[in-house]
Amino acid sequence: MDWFLENAFLIPLIPAVSFVVILLFGRSVIGVERVHKVGITAVGIVWVLSMIAAVSWITRVEDSTASKSGDTEHAQIAVDEGLSASSARGLDGELQLAAEDDGYADDGRGYATTKPVISKVDGWWSSGGIDFAVGTLVDGQTVLLLIVVTSISLLVHIYSSEYVKGDRRFVHYYAFLSLFTASMLFFVMAQNLVQMIVGWELVGVCSFVLIGHWWEERPNTDAALKAFLTNRVGDIGLLVGVIILFGEFGTFSIHEINTMVGEMGSEVHFAMLMASIALMAAVCSKSGQFPLHTWLPDAMAGPTPVSALIHAATMVVAGVFMIGRLYPVFFEGFSIGTSSINLMAFIGGFTALIGAGLAFAQWDIKKVLAYSTVSQLGYMVMALGVGAWTAAMFHLFTHAFFKACLFLGAGSVSHAAHHTFDMREMGGLRKYMPHTFKTFVISTLALAGIFPFAGFWSKDEILLGALEGQQSAYPLMLIFGCVVALLTAAYMTRVIWYTFWGEYRGHGHPHESPKVMTVPLWILAVMAVVAGVFNLPTPVMEIFGLEGLAHLVQTYAEPTHYLNAIGLSHPDPSWQLALVGLALALTGIAITFMYFWRNAGPHGLTERNRYAKAGYTFLEQKYYLDHLYTDIVVGSIKRPIARAANWFNDNVIDLVVNRAGEGARDGGRWVYRWIDQGTIDNTVNALGSGADAGGQGLRVMQTGKVQNYGSLLFGTAAVVAIVFVIVL
Amino acid sequence: MLLNQFLLLGALLFAVGVYGVLARRNGVMVLMSIELMLNAVNLNLVAFGMQHDVVSGQVFALFIIAVAAAEVGVGLAIVLLLYRNRKSIAVDEFDLMKG
Repeated sequence: MDWFLENAFLIPLIPAVSFVVILLFGRSVIGVERVHKVGITAVGIVWVLSMIAAVSWITRVEDSTASKSGDTEHAQIAVDEGLSASSARGLDGELQLAAEDDGYADDGRGYATTKPVISKVDGWWSSGGIDFAVGTLVDGQTVLLLIVVTSISLLVHIYSSEYVKGDRRFVHYYAFLSLFTASMLFFVMAQNLVQMIVGWELVGVCSFVLIGHWWEERPNTDAALKAFLTNRVGDIGLLVGVIILFGEFGTFSIHEINTMVGEMGSEVHFAMLMASIALMAAVCSKSGQFPLHTWLPDAMAGPTPVSALIHAATMVVAGVFMIGRLYPVFFEGFSIGTSSINLMAFIGGFTALIGAGLAFAQWDIKKVLAYSTVSQLGYMVMALGVGAWTAAMFHLFTHAFFKACLFLGAGSVSHAAHHTFDMREMGGLRKYMPHTFKTFVISTLALAGIFPFAGFWSKDEILLGALEGQQSAYPLMLIFGCVVALLTAAYMTRVIWYTFWGEYRGHGHPHESPKVMTVPLWILAVMAVVAGVFNLPTPVMEIFGLEGLAHLVQTYAEPTHYLNAIGLSHPDPSWQLALVGLALALTGIAITFMYFWRNAGPHGLTERNRYAKAGYTFLEQKYYLDHLYTDIVVGSIKRPIARAANWFNDNVIDLVVNRAGEGARDGGRWVYRWIDQGTIDNTVNALGSGADAGGQGLRVMQTGKVQNYGSLLFGTAAVVAIVFVIVL
Repeated sequence: MLLNQFLLLGALLFAVGVYGVLARRNGVMVLMSIELMLNAVNLNLVAFGMQHDVVSGQVFALFIIAVAAAEVGVGLAIVLLLYRNRKSIAVDEFDLMKG
């Protein structure tokens, strides 16, 4: 069964091939009306492969758990592994499988650890004496992301075939959707940090291209550029972080780095702190964390399915994934195990809070969802910051489904309601589009964290992680988390009110979207309901007598090989906290319900009260962060630099150029005057005039009269004769 | 002794020929003066041939007479054509090559 895990490179390869085929032959050979089928087929195959990989991985974990009990079996597996490893040495004999001798080991604390499956080829390229390998690192986290990425990608491919139908760049749209899928899959199974950077940049490029899909309109290109440039800021952090890690450990291999951090612990604390801070900048840009989150709402300029796939479910979680992948580095760097507040947790919690705040002041339904995504990503980062690795990944998993569903629902609404995303032009749509309405409400409940929808379970685990922490609790994070839980429920209820209740305020006649769009919505809605069962806490499962199926994500997705080495502990479930979380969400919904449906509360407060208005404007202007960046930061950097450059240009470069020019001009003049005119021309002229004068003089002799010539001839002959006679 | 007289006669004839070539305006007279010069040369050749008792002097003289006949034929043809074109055979009037 490990064959799929060892040859996981096939998974990103298939959509990559699909990308090339669609791009090169999409218009000519395949035909525009059939091109989406190529993409859907490729992603469908990849989805099946990912599921097989997931099953393979679960089997592997089961094996390792079983082998924990007996050394004999352990040895037997080791032999098998050794054999398969030697038989797999096809590529220059360099294909290495990590799971060789001690693939399954007991770490002595009751947990079984499962080594990741690493396939790599050394000597991809080398530079400065360093060999770069290429390969795949497959573990539970990769498998989890494989499921998320391929599932969402498949549904988005299907949904887009209707949503983007008739678009002038339909072929390019599908080509880049395929490329994105390939890049993201490449990223999640990167074996080393260099590959990770490559994947990271590739998904960034796809994001850039797809945000600017309708580039004829200026705001779309601006948004694409903003996304790209903001991400560049973080990319520098990524590079610096990778360089620090390489400098410290002398390797790019994720496996080796994680293992070494686990072994060295506090010896490398300072380097890990620096690397973590640098990498945190990358996370801030890619995963939309404060203060670099500003590109994400603007990225909504792209087609809605793209927003669902890239800017909600997959690409934006790349930062979260990266933290999870290098968790020992961050765990050591930020002292997650021993502190009660740290940079990562604070950034995550703060982002969750401000994202939720901003979602209230938006009229564009996609922007509300975008800020919600910012907020939820903040949640995940906060979870990682407090040491709740599983909770973060679990939330990533559930969030991908219900947020993709919300985005696709928003796309469906827009599709029906005259292509607008402004909620002021919607309203009353529940009557016209029942399927979209139902799925949207289900996903909203999941996002709000209402029992028993998926979001409830994952959010509860994050709050639990903040409550219990590792050695000490993270009280501030817990408060942030609770406030965000309340706010999330409230702003999503507001969206429901404006979109689906009241009277229709837009143009045209709204209608339900076709089946090819509603079916993906329903699949996602079902996932939004049931995704929670993948990591139910043990006490809940005990009620049903299914203790063995509790904590599936924790059991199978956690890279136990690394996390056990750093001594990560798991919090015990708490009924009280779950009830508090649920109560907060319900309160949020209730308040909003009273405000809109019952018309209670301070309506029009923003018009009457100066402070409320100021606060609203503050939110509406997105905390003035865009102004801060474009006007103050960029402006203050740009203007002095421009001025200095101008001064330098005027006073240094121009001076040099002018001096050089003048010198050359003077030299030229001197040469002209003295060499050219004075010497050469005079010589030539003198020769000419000499010849002329000579000719004029000799001309006299040329009388044309034969007798004159005869006289000269005879005269000369006579003279010569006389000379001869005298001399001789 | 005898040779001197021939040479003096030859020189005299040559000088008369030269004078005629350089001084006469009539083209025919110029040609006749050239004949004088040629015959002065002939006289010298024959005289030296007799002095040295060889016949080559006389042979050269005969050659010169033949060539002179051809030469005067061409010359008279030129003079004839000149007259036909310019109604004149005064050689000093033909200075088209004047520089």
